[in-house]
Amino acid sequence: MSAKVLRNVRPLGGELVDVLIDDGVIKAIGAKLPIEDAEVIEGNGAILLPGLVDLHTHLREPGREDAETVLTGTAAAARGGFTAVFAMANSTPVADTAAVVEQVWRLGQEAGLCDVHPVGAVTVGLKGQQLAELGSMADSAAKVRVFSDDGHCVNDALVMRRALEYVKAFDGVIAQHAQEASLTAGADMNEGEVSSQLGLKGWPRVAEESIIARDLMLVQYVDSRLHLCHISTAGSVQLVREAKARGVNVTAEVTPHHLSLTDELARTYDPVFKVNPPLRTQLDVDALRDGLADGTLDVVGTDHAPHADEDKDCEWGCASFGMLGLQTALSVVVDAMGDRLDWAGIADRMSVRPAEIAGLSDQGRPIEVGEPANLTLVDPDSTWIVDPIELGSKSRNSPFAGRSLPAQITLTLLRGNITYRSQKVAQ
Amino acid sequence: MKAHLLSTADLDREGALQILDTAQELARVADMPIKKMPTLRGRTVVNLFFEDSTRTRISFEAAAKRLSADVINFAAKGSSVSKGESLKDTALTLAAMGADAVVIRHSMSGAPHQLAHADWMDAHVINAGDGTHEHPTQALLDAFTLRNHLADHISAPKQGSVGLDGLHVAIVGDVLHSRVARSNVHLLNTLGAKVTVVAPPTLMPLHNDGWPCEVSYDLDTVLPQVDAVMMLRVQRERMEGGFFPSEREYSQRYGLDERRAALLPDHAVVMHPGPMNRGLEIASRVADSDRSVIIDQVRNGVSVRMAVLYLLLGGNESALSEVNA
Repeated sequence: MSAKVLRNVRPLGGELVDVLIDDGVIKAIGAKLPIEDAEVIEGNGAILLPGLVDLHTHLREPGREDAETVLTGTAAAARGGFTAVFAMANSTPVADTAAVVEQVWRLGQEAGLCDVHPVGAVTVGLKGQQLAELGSMADSAAKVRVFSDDGHCVNDALVMRRALEYVKAFDGVIAQHAQEASLTAGADMNEGEVSSQLGLKGWPRVAEESIIARDLMLVQYVDSRLHLCHISTAGSVQLVREAKARGVNVTAEVTPHHLSLTDELARTYDPVFKVNPPLRTQLDVDALRDGLADGTLDVVGTDHAPHADEDKDCEWGCASFGMLGLQTALSVVVDAMGDRLDWAGIADRMSVRPAEIAGLSDQGRPIEVGEPANLTLVDPDSTWIVDPIELGSKSRNSPFAGRSLPAQITLTLLRGNITYRSQKVAQ
Repeated sequence: MKAHLLSTADLDREGALQILDTAQELARVADMPIKKMPTLRGRTVVNLFFEDSTRTRISFEAAAKRLSADVINFAAKGSSVSKGESLKDTALTLAAMGADAVVIRHSMSGAPHQLAHADWMDAHVINAGDGTHEHPTQALLDAFTLRNHLADHISAPKQGSVGLDGLHVAIVGDVLHSRVARSNVHLLNTLGAKVTVVAPPTLMPLHNDGWPCEVSYDLDTVLPQVDAVMMLRVQRERMEGGFFPSEREYSQRYGLDERRAALLPDHAVVMHPGPMNRGLEIASRVADSDRSVIIDQVRNGVSVRMAVLYLLLGGNESALSEVNA
């Protein structure tokens, strides 16, 4: 019996319906569907969303399996309502060949908890000099379409131009980590009032904005596709808004943590708040929320970055950059944007648009008969307290530890199979 | 006093004056035939230095020994930076050995804060300089020195101990990277002094709106207005970092030479936290002149650090009664 009926659920927050799922697709939607030979899952009025899609994660495999594996990372993803995630290329070895991306793709398929789409490196070894074999990765079993040196900026303007041009042949997109390296050498946190007081080296907003300004010009010139990873400043939002107004083919992403946290947290000197790009100020947070609300920023990407305890349990200056995000993403977005985006809006930014940008045909789909049953169920009225020990990830570096967050994921389905089910919807 | 001394921003006026007044009493120990009092007998003070600093370390060592504490010097060669022992493991080790206070010097801002607030050990933590953040005992000894030398120019408060009310102090040099400047700006302001920081714009924090001080790029216009000028050391690596074109130009525009020193009011004093680059930020003749109180700063450092150790580890009673006992 693989058929399931989700009873009393509200697709995108709409009317109460039952949803019949069989053979991995939605077979029927309607009030009081006949049960017949199906497993019944009582929704109690929970919100039904398309499975979430994350364009930006670090799953650490191969290379740092002590911090995360594809299995543990996708377990966290399923618990966070995701049915597809993109794994960044900064593994060891770097995902800059067909062999490595196929390995990551295969690990994701074996885990079976969430589709894992490897992101290919733009340049060999993420060194920013020589283009990696983008075409081979595109032609591989992993069918890579998103390329990024994330963690590093493609700093050289000519290399960036060539990359943008080259991927046009297979409708690829370059996801830029915008960070002018010469302005951020040794930098630890946002440059501003707080850094001046804490004596931590500042990371100026212009380090991000100057690269974005340049890349917006380049992508318009060569008529390709640019995606901007983890936008963090008010100035960047404005640059993207103006570029879109003049028709530049650009999409942009914001992380849950940049939508909710500020550099005031650095006053604790707790490296759990150290991240690249750094947490900014309330002014930036407000601009990012405006940008996500009006569509200037297309998607939420978590930049889920697990780190082993010893890489965070040390001096701020020695600690690694990055924070967990998969399992808290939806709750944080609801918390930050609940008054600005309805459920359809949240589904758009966290599922529909990311799937479109990456060219996924089976994710981010409407909740309609005949569509693949990649779905997640959210209890909108529940709250939960984040306990890093309880998260699916192997690492514990959540900046939301101890916080009470709204909107708990109760069920996730990948092609009709249950990949996560909370106690609340246990049989 | 609180459990730790991490930043002068944590000190209110009363707390800061308590340290200075205690230091004043304890200074008398230095004049006694036997420079020692039994207050901290049986207590263990660890000097945990991740960064070389002979002056600060021996000052803390002398202070602890004059109070009869057992002193352990721990020169941590490696840190997490160089893949040596981690700060956490070092802290766990010190806790297991029964340290009562840890005096920490570290190249990274915030390391003392982490030592105090992580769940690694219970000892009192004294920040002896962390990265480009703070160096609170330096600021306290500077305030102590100012109070002693400029007593005639300080306005007496309506009640309580004398602070630094009415004084105007210039802090000159690499403000951006200076832990001495950060600690002094807070403390001098708390004690009622007006502070002006002077630096080339490249060595001034860009975002300084929240700093309780005035900002100037022009040393010559500031000097005639101040009661004291504090010259900061220029680190060699700033030269290589391209913060200014050449040592010569820095010295010409921001060095305290004899011509500039003559712009100071007659009563004004010249200070430097040491070690000095003679001929760069300060001319030899100015450093050795009558208005220089640089050696007094070093002397006062021991008394101030005794006061901090005493108040953190010892008692609440007047230190003087102990001296008399």
